[in-house]
Amino acid sequence: MIAYIVRRVLYALPILVGVNVLTFSLFFIVNSPDDVARMHLGHRHVTQEQVDLWKRDRGYDRPLFYNAGAPGLSRLSDTIFFDESLSLFVFDFGRSDSGRDIGQDIRQRMWPSLAIAVPTLLLGVLINITFALIMVFFRATYVDFWSVMFCIVLMSVSGLFYIIGGQYLVGKLLKLVPISGYGGGWSAIKFVLLPVLIGVVSGIGAGSRWYRTIFLEEASKDYVRTARAKGVGEFAILFRHILPNALIPILTGIVVILPLLFMGSLIIESFFGIPGLGSYTIDAIAREDFAIVRSMVFLGSVLYIAGLLLTDISYTFVDPRVRLS
Amino acid sequence: MPVVLLTDAFFFALIALTAFYAFYVARRPHLQTAWRKLARDRSAMVSLTVIAFYFAVALLDSIHFRPVLETSESGEAVYSNEVVSLFDRLVSPLGERFEKTYSEPLAVHAYVKETVEEGGVRHRVYPRLEHGGAGLGDARRAAADIGWRAAAWGLAGLLSCAGLLLLLCLALAGPGRALRALRAVVCNTTGPPLRAVAITVTLIVVAIFVVAGLSHDYHVFGTDKIGEDVLYQALKSVRTGFLIGTLTTLIMLPFALVLGVCAGYFLGWVDDVIQYLYTTLNSIPGVLLVAAMVLMLQLYMDQHSEQFNDLVTRADMRLLFLCAILGITSWTGLCRLLRAETLKVKEMDYIDAARALGVARPLILLRHVLPNVMHIVIITVALDFSGLVLAEAVLSYIDIGVDPTMHSWGNMINSARLEMAREPVVWWPLLAAMVFLFGLVLCANLLADGVRNAFDPRSEWNPS
Repeated sequence: MIAYIVRRVLYALPILVGVNVLTFSLFFIVNSPDDVARMHLGHRHVTQEQVDLWKRDRGYDRPLFYNAGAPGLSRLSDTIFFDESLSLFVFDFGRSDSGRDIGQDIRQRMWPSLAIAVPTLLLGVLINITFALIMVFFRATYVDFWSVMFCIVLMSVSGLFYIIGGQYLVGKLLKLVPISGYGGGWSAIKFVLLPVLIGVVSGIGAGSRWYRTIFLEEASKDYVRTARAKGVGEFAILFRHILPNALIPILTGIVVILPLLFMGSLIIESFFGIPGLGSYTIDAIAREDFAIVRSMVFLGSVLYIAGLLLTDISYTFVDPRVRLS
Repeated sequence: MPVVLLTDAFFFALIALTAFYAFYVARRPHLQTAWRKLARDRSAMVSLTVIAFYFAVALLDSIHFRPVLETSESGEAVYSNEVVSLFDRLVSPLGERFEKTYSEPLAVHAYVKETVEEGGVRHRVYPRLEHGGAGLGDARRAAADIGWRAAAWGLAGLLSCAGLLLLLCLALAGPGRALRALRAVVCNTTGPPLRAVAITVTLIVVAIFVVAGLSHDYHVFGTDKIGEDVLYQALKSVRTGFLIGTLTTLIMLPFALVLGVCAGYFLGWVDDVIQYLYTTLNSIPGVLLVAAMVLMLQLYMDQHSEQFNDLVTRADMRLLFLCAILGITSWTGLCRLLRAETLKVKEMDYIDAARALGVARPLILLRHVLPNVMHIVIITVALDFSGLVLAEAVLSYIDIGVDPTMHSWGNMINSARLEMAREPVVWWPLLAAMVFLFGLVLCANLLADGVRNAFDPRSEWNPS
C-alpha cells in the first residue's frame, strides 16, 4: 500500500514539472517581463528606468534560466525560473505583483471558499442521487422521459442566468437574504445560503442525468436480473442492490473533486462578493496580476493530481475487487 | 468588395469539410446506418431544424463585404471603410436605428423621463421614441397596431409555409403522388418524423414573419443603454456563439485525431509521450488555463497593436485566438477516447487482414482505423458544442472572452448584470440574450443526445 502510494506520487512529479514549465513559458517567454512592466505602468510615456525599477522590485530583472554572472550554484538558483517557478514545489508562492504575500492570502481565503463549496457539494449529491433514483425507479415510462427532458432543459440554461435570476428573485424581490457580501463566524450563514442554493440548482441537470446513467448501467447487470428472477421487489432491488454498487463510481467521482473544493467557484464567488479563492483568482485576472494567476494555476494542478491520487486509493477501500498492481 | 475575415475562412472550411464527409458517407452504406437511426429520432430532428436556422443566420453573418459608397466617373468604385455582412443588409434598418437610450420591448415611449420644453414651460415626460412606433400618429393606438400587424404577418407566414409544403410535395413526389405524400406527412406515417419537422419550421417561420413585420416599426426586444436594438444584438451574437462552438472543434480536431490514433496504434514511446502531454494539460483546471492564456494574448495584442489596427480585424483575431485557446484546452478528452477506441479497433480482424495483405501503415490508419473511430469524434463534437457556447458567456463575463466590441451573448449578459441592479429594472437585454442562448444550447443538447443514442454501440440496451 505504502509502496503503491509512493509510486503514484512519483508518477505525479513529472506531470507537475510539465505544468510548471508550461506556465513558466506562458508567463515569461510569450511576453517578456519588460512587456508586463509596461502594461502595469501604463502603455505610453514609460521610460526604461521605470521599467527597470519595476522589474528590480519584483526580482524580474534576472536572467530566465542561467545567471552567468553569479558565483557557484547560485548561477542556477539566482534566476527567475528558480525563484518564481521551482519555489512553487514547496508551496512558496512569493509575492503578488502588487506586493502582497500570496501564501498568506491563500491560507486566509480558502475558508470562505470551503464554506460555499462543501455544503454545495453535499447537498447537491444528495438531491441528485434522490432525483436519479426516482428516474431509475420509473425507468422507461413518461415520468423518466420527462424527467430527463427536464434535466436537459436545466442543463441548457446558462449558469449566469441561475445566479442573476436567483439574486434578483431571492435577494431583491423577496429580500430573504443579502444579495452579496460575507461575514465572519455564524453570521456567514445568511450570506452562504443563496450561493449554495444556486450552486445546487444549477448542478441538478447534469448531475442527476449522470447518476441516472450510472444507475441504469448497474440495473442492466446480471445480478439484478437474478435478484428479480428470485422475486425480490423493485424497491429492494433499487436500494439493496443497485444503490450500493452504483455508489462506488459516484463516490470515487466525488473524491476527484474534493481537493479542488479549496479553489472555490470562480463565478459564484465573484457574483456574491465572497472573499474566497475563486474571487481572488477573478480579481487577479481583472487586475492582470500574473503572479497570482500563475500560483493559482499551479495550485489547481497540484490539487487535481492529489484528487486523482485519492481516487486511486479510495478505490482500493470501497471495492475489494480492485487489486493494486 | 468582398472581405473574408479569418474566422469566415475557417467557417467556410468547416462547411466544406462537413460536405466532404457527407459525400464520403453517402457512398458507403455501412456508415449510413447510424445516420438513418438519427434521422428517425424525433427530438433530434426537431433540434436539428432549429439549429439549421441558427446556422443560416451565422452563415449569412459570415459573408462580409465593404459596400460601395459611390462610383466615380471613370467607373472605379469607392468602397466604404466599414465591413458589413450580408445579414446586416438583410435586416437592414435594424442595426442602424438608434434611440437615445433604454426603451422597453415594443414601446413607443422612452424608458427614462426627459425634460421637454413646451411653450416656455418645462415638463418631465417620457418622450416619444424616434423610431419605435414612428408611423403611428396617436401613441394610444400602439397596442391595436401591434396586434393587427402581428396577426397579419403571422397569417402570411402560415400561408407561405403551407404553400411551401405543397410545392415541396409536388416537386419531390411528382404531381400524381403529391396528395398521398402530403397525407403521409400530416398523418405522420413517413419514416423520418417529417410532421414534427414541418411543424417546427412553420412555428419558426411564423415567428420570423411576426418579428420581421413588427421590427420594421418597433423595437421588438427594446433598446439597450446606447439605444441599439436588442434584437439586432441578439441576432448578431448568433454568429459568435456558433463560431465558438464549431471552430474550436475544427481547430482541436487535427491534434486529437492524429495524436489519439497514433498513441493507440503505435503504443511504445509515442504513446508515453502523448499520454504525458495530455495528462499534463488536463491537470490544469480548464478555466485557469484559458484565463492565463487569454491574459497573455491580450498583452501580446496590446504590445503588437500595429498588427491589429483595424477594429473588426482585431475583434476577429481575438475570436479566432479564443477558439484556438479553447481548442488547446479541450482536445485532451477526445484524444483519450480516440486512443482507447483505436486500441480496440487495432485488434480487429480486418486490420490484421490489411496488414497481412501488405497495406502500408499510413493507409491502414487512414482507410481502416480512422473511419471506424469516427463515431467517437461525432459524439464528442455534438456533446462539446453546447458546453462551448455556454463557456463563451462565462468567459466574456470575466472579461477573458471575446472582444468587448463584438456582439455576443456573454457581453450582453455581462452588461445586463448592472441593469438588473438599477431601478426600475432593465430586464429585456438579459431576457433576449438568455432566450437565444437557451434555444441554441437546448437544441444542441437534444441533438447530442440523439447523436449519442444513434452512434454509441453501447446505447442499445438503454431503454430511453
